[in-house]
Amino acid sequence: MSSKKRKKLTPTQQQYQDFAHAREPQRPIINNCIRAFLVGGIICTIGQGLMWFFMTYFNFDEKTAGNPTVAVLIFISILFTSLGFYDHIAQWAGAGTAVPVTGFANTIASAALEHKSEGYVLGVGGNMFKLAGPVIVYGVFSAFVVAIVKVIIDMLGGL
Amino acid sequence: MLQGHQSWVFENRPVIIGSAAIGGPFEAQGNLAADFDMLHDDLWLGQESYEKAEKKLLEQACETAIKKAGVKKEDIQFFMSGDLINQIISSSFTARTLGIPFLGIYGACSSSMEGLALASLMVDSRFAKLALAGTSSHNAAAEKQYRYPTEYGAQKPPTAQWTVTGAGAGVVAQLGEGPKVTAATIGRVVDMGISDPFNMGAAMAPAAVDTIEAHFRDLNVSAANYDFIATGDLGRVGHIIARDLLKKHGMDIPKEKLTDCGMLIYKDTQPVWSGGSGCACAATTTYGHFLNRMRKGELKKILVVATGALLSPMSYQQKETIPCVAHAVSIEM
Repeated sequence: MSSKKRKKLTPTQQQYQDFAHAREPQRPIINNCIRAFLVGGIICTIGQGLMWFFMTYFNFDEKTAGNPTVAVLIFISILFTSLGFYDHIAQWAGAGTAVPVTGFANTIASAALEHKSEGYVLGVGGNMFKLAGPVIVYGVFSAFVVAIVKVIIDMLGGL
Repeated sequence: MLQGHQSWVFENRPVIIGSAAIGGPFEAQGNLAADFDMLHDDLWLGQESYEKAEKKLLEQACETAIKKAGVKKEDIQFFMSGDLINQIISSSFTARTLGIPFLGIYGACSSSMEGLALASLMVDSRFAKLALAGTSSHNAAAEKQYRYPTEYGAQKPPTAQWTVTGAGAGVVAQLGEGPKVTAATIGRVVDMGISDPFNMGAAMAPAAVDTIEAHFRDLNVSAANYDFIATGDLGRVGHIIARDLLKKHGMDIPKEKLTDCGMLIYKDTQPVWSGGSGCACAATTTYGHFLNRMRKGELKKILVVATGALLSPMSYQQKETIPCVAHAVSIEM
């Protein structure tokens, strides 16, 4: 818990936090990191394999092969999500499945599936980007800030 | 009759003449599968949504309890129920089906004992001849309500719990055969500053301890008066904290006398992290497993302390801490 959050608590509450904390199992961080590294690495290796496949057998070069590669990974991720076992893999893999593009596809597909019961417009349409929305918003915003910084640097004569 | 500060002693000893527990697929693989009246192998129960499935669970629990009590639903004066879905729709929609005069209650996962305490109060005071108390929860509906979409791949920490898919209900009568409700203690809302919704056990443990302490004080009893004290859904993590907290408060309850429904309901091999949770956790364990054991004569007197975390998805996003409550009901055979 952050020190700022802790300050708001009364001494009794703080005392209890320590009491409870001593009895809680901690997240197995090292184990989680190793798993994330393995699964994330495997997904990226599959991606690399796909890229070579598109470059060797189809008319793609290193720059353009990215698009069909991502499309295939997204398709696999959505397929696994809708068959109901992506979340089980993710519980084991953690950041390993969340960070690559597969995780992003999973946020959208899972939200769409979940809210189908409220109809296609308000349910699926309205909730599909519930989890992915923040990524898009802050992704676009960060890109904008970085672009402005780049423009300013260029105007000042560049690096 | 009021005894002490916050406890009711039911002098006329209302009887639970019928009770039922309904479960889902995960509960069918659990420890207490034999104590369920009905187990579904489909999480959807053939319905279009998880919310409708939960309503169906509660309807079946109520109907089975009424049938087992050997009464007609027209004979029941009041129905008290609560659940975790927004605006407690599972309960009110079930009340629509049953057509019994209805009071909706909300105590999160403590709703089971809140309902049983109120139903017993009505029957004991002769404001009802027959009262029905029920509650339900559904794993996927609760995930959707409180956390992320069911199929979203977020890694849960070891302190997280698994919401029980199921429903429990009991018919309380003035006279009859069965376990008797002898006392109830209504809990205070306790907030010890935990704000992590994946750590409900630690958040709720102080509320359970507070209610157990109040119950012992008001009724001038101790753990020795009970076969065991079962908390609702603290899970393994909350159970250890509650046990040590009780010890710290000078109430050293022997290991075999303190248990938790969230630890009993699933097998150790099931991936439920800290244990079971949800309204149906305490409800199905009490209305199924515990009452069955009482009827068989294995248990004489138990205290069920159902614990509830009174947060909302909005409150924790607004960085509020989690207030919790626990209600205790003492049942005797």
